[in-house]
Amino acid sequence: MESIVSDVFAKNSLIVAFVFVGVLTWLSYYASDKLSNGRFHGSAIAIILGLVLAYVAGAATGGSKGVADISLLAGVGVLGGAMFRDFAIVATAYGADLREIKRSGFVGVLSIILGVVLSFAVGAIVALAFGYTDSVSVSTIGAGAATYIVGPVTGTALNASSEVIALSVGAGLIKSVLVMVGTPFVAPLIGLNNPHSAMIYGGLMGTTSGVAGGLAATDPRLVPYGAMTATFYTGVGCLLAPSILFLIVDALL
Amino acid sequence: MIVYGVALLSGCLLLGTIAGKLVGEMIGISANVGGVGIAMLALILIHNASGRTFELSAETSKGITFWSAMYIPIVIAMAAKQNVFAAINSGWVSVLAGVIAVLLSFAMVPVLSRIGKNRLSLEDNGDQ
Repeated sequence: MESIVSDVFAKNSLIVAFVFVGVLTWLSYYASDKLSNGRFHGSAIAIILGLVLAYVAGAATGGSKGVADISLLAGVGVLGGAMFRDFAIVATAYGADLREIKRSGFVGVLSIILGVVLSFAVGAIVALAFGYTDSVSVSTIGAGAATYIVGPVTGTALNASSEVIALSVGAGLIKSVLVMVGTPFVAPLIGLNNPHSAMIYGGLMGTTSGVAGGLAATDPRLVPYGAMTATFYTGVGCLLAPSILFLIVDALL
Repeated sequence: MIVYGVALLSGCLLLGTIAGKLVGEMIGISANVGGVGIAMLALILIHNASGRTFELSAETSKGITFWSAMYIPIVIAMAAKQNVFAAINSGWVSVLAGVIAVLLSFAMVPVLSRIGKNRLSLEDNGDQ
């Protein structure tokens, strides 16, 4: 019996993932309704619950893919992977207002560049405060504070040590998790309730996963605007961090 | 046919991803630069053009809006496969760098929004 179930689950991993997400969503919306009277959004609870399960699974399996490292739930890795994420993000653009995007285009581009420079500077300063003095390590950790892709790309380009590259990935992961969890709480404080500010938010945060999760838990109608700018951020970061930003750090140290 | 919408959406994503990789190659980095953004623009432009030169039927739209509705479930799956354990145990340098970067970036949203709004009102005056 047990082997039949695990065999069926293994061969239908994506289908299992649909059930897993469906149950998680149902539980979260139930909790939102009963425990918070709907004040705390169901999708926000579901995302936080997902992150908690990912933590528990990571601690139990020692893997890097959250619950997807549990063989019965391997399909969650496919459903939550970059392919389906990007596919669904593009689908949310259907019905988005082109005029809003044109109108906020200039400040959107500005927010991407400022976002990369700001996060890089924060990461670099923290690295300095912790006693890193060589420009390669400082730049790599700075790049990691941009996103967990910019960090290793920069570190590899600059020949940073694997320990420093791991730290840069850690900084990017912290950023993405915090953006997912924190966005619904800070949204009212920073005026994140219209397409214009959503485009700026996406450009400043830059982590596609973070922005995708954060806006889903805040107001799904804002997703296309935030995602639009966020998807350019990692590319801009990979361009600026190992070149201009590294040269500036190198000149200063 | 619903599949027309699904195929159109898929075509946009493939087109955008290839374009994003090409942009990356042009500026000398092996990353996808804005591929998803380009795909979104393509879909928005096609949607805006429909009704003038051609018609996207309600059935075709369903193939796209279904995936749009699947967005939140997919994001929940995405959250459940994050390497949260490594993030939390990555040491103080990583935690502080990540946390401060996020807090400052949040704080910049209203500042930049204001810049954009001023520009907006200038443009609106110009139109009148």
